[in-house]
Amino acid sequence: MEDKIQGRIYKFGDNVNSDIIIAGRYLIYIDPVQLAEHAFEMLGEGFPAKLRSFDILVAGRNFGCGSAREQASTAIKGLGIKAVVAASFARTFYRNAINDALPIVECPALYEAVAEGDQISIDLARGVVSHAGSEYGFPGIPESVGKILKLGGLANYLKSTLET
Amino acid sequence: MSQTIAEKILAAKSGESRVSPGQIVDAYPDLVMSHTATWRSVSVMKKIGARKLYDPKRLAIVLDHISPAKTEKYAADQQTSRNFAREYGIERFYDVDAGIAHLVLMEHGHVKPGDLIVGTDSHCTIYGALGALGSGIGYTEVASVWVTGKLWMKVPTTIKLTLNGRFAAGVSAKDLMLHLIGTLGADGCGYKSVEFYGSALPQMSISERMTMANLAMEMGSKCVFIPPDEKTREWLLPRLKDSSTYEPVYADKDALYERSLDIDLAALTPMVACPHQVENTKPVTEVLGTRIDQAFLGSCANGKYEDLVIAARILKGQKIDPRVRLIVTPGSKQIMLEAMRTGILATLMESGALVTNPGCGACAGDGGMLADGEVSLSTANRNFVGRMGSNKSSIYLSSPATLAASALKGVIADPREFY
Repeated sequence: MEDKIQGRIYKFGDNVNSDIIIAGRYLIYIDPVQLAEHAFEMLGEGFPAKLRSFDILVAGRNFGCGSAREQASTAIKGLGIKAVVAASFARTFYRNAINDALPIVECPALYEAVAEGDQISIDLARGVVSHAGSEYGFPGIPESVGKILKLGGLANYLKSTLET
Repeated sequence: MSQTIAEKILAAKSGESRVSPGQIVDAYPDLVMSHTATWRSVSVMKKIGARKLYDPKRLAIVLDHISPAKTEKYAADQQTSRNFAREYGIERFYDVDAGIAHLVLMEHGHVKPGDLIVGTDSHCTIYGALGALGSGIGYTEVASVWVTGKLWMKVPTTIKLTLNGRFAAGVSAKDLMLHLIGTLGADGCGYKSVEFYGSALPQMSISERMTMANLAMEMGSKCVFIPPDEKTREWLLPRLKDSSTYEPVYADKDALYERSLDIDLAALTPMVACPHQVENTKPVTEVLGTRIDQAFLGSCANGKYEDLVIAARILKGQKIDPRVRLIVTPGSKQIMLEAMRTGILATLMESGALVTNPGCGACAGDGGMLADGEVSLSTANRNFVGRMGSNKSSIYLSSPATLAASALKGVIADPREFY
């Protein structure tokens, strides 16, 4: 996983729940490509196709709330999204994203400053998001947990610990 | 001293003498629950080449969502879960006949005070009804706990909610929780533990406590506790294999709470959650007359025996409005058997209800799907867009009493008329 991520953002509001991200009827899949075909489908026409032209999701409070379904983060990865920046995350989504190696950044200050289509860049190592000449700090993921993200997710992390 | 219940349980399960909020520990759960998602965790084990479980006795598997299988894909996935349970000798395996995992595990004495329980379901918070720390995780993490026995957990801060007074007739634990979710918001308890106290608690049944601990997830709670009392002991002891394992964990008198809130139950009225967020709550009086096409009585929040009894009392000898489909899904086989023996199922069916097999049912999109423009009232815990079918359908959430009153009238109605 790279420390620097940049690209165009798509902006969501507060309380985007995991049923919206991927509906229950698609939990028969675990493959990111299959899941991505139905990601955010509940939002209606144009979804998920329009999200594929964006690189990063920015959201308000409590992103990923509701069901603990891990396929929510998998579906977002399948869309080609490189990171999610939110004012806050629901704890189940937060864990699942780390386990799925989807970088997540908790940065409430950025939310008000950005609009759909803006360019941002995230420096995970420094803990800074840059947008339009301004920098916004965010707390890093605890080191012990960050190892999971760095190794490409929990399955890879486990495999590496089982091998040693 | 000065420790909350979550702090004490997380310290005990991670081998620390004490822990503080914000600290990250490696905790060893007593029980790992996986439901219909089990096959996904099995696929992770295969992918990483793991063959050995940390302790097969700590696993519990219940096939509750989409049961029995409705497509070949579900059938194949359930077969994978079943074969895994057989291969590894999982004693706590419950097949598609048993009901909703949370209720099944509590009824069978697999949950006790002080336990740390994780599982593939956000509503694991319900185990706090018996004083256990329950929290949801994803399927990869479940596989990880199967293999390593542990997971990282952050010690949460705690919110204290004190309940005093008594519910007015027609008002119940569901109304209390919808009131709280509406007041505190969908992330009002995000990452936090919740402890319930107050003079109202000793009167509240285990069923009501389950509703409370279940719904508290909808305000973001990481875990929830209703401290064990005489009622807990009475309910649980006959169900435990070994009664000497009943060892309640209580907070210290000087435990530190991030926030404290007092609620007067007598001041509460029947509430509904309006589409499409649980926090979008209103007193039922503000939505009276809203047309409904379907009424769903079930789920881990309100598919318990007492919930069926409350609805049956209102429906007894009456016919539901012909415009409404009333679907009743008992939470578990034990609940269904009891409702069968006592005539509750007959009362519900005679009023016009369709009674299905026990399980998650329509709450998880298994039967009872909604068409474009249709409206369902539901006793479940989520009203997210499209959860029960079309993304042009709507879901309102209510108590079993409000649901029964509304099924009779064909529109959302005030249950207090029936008391």
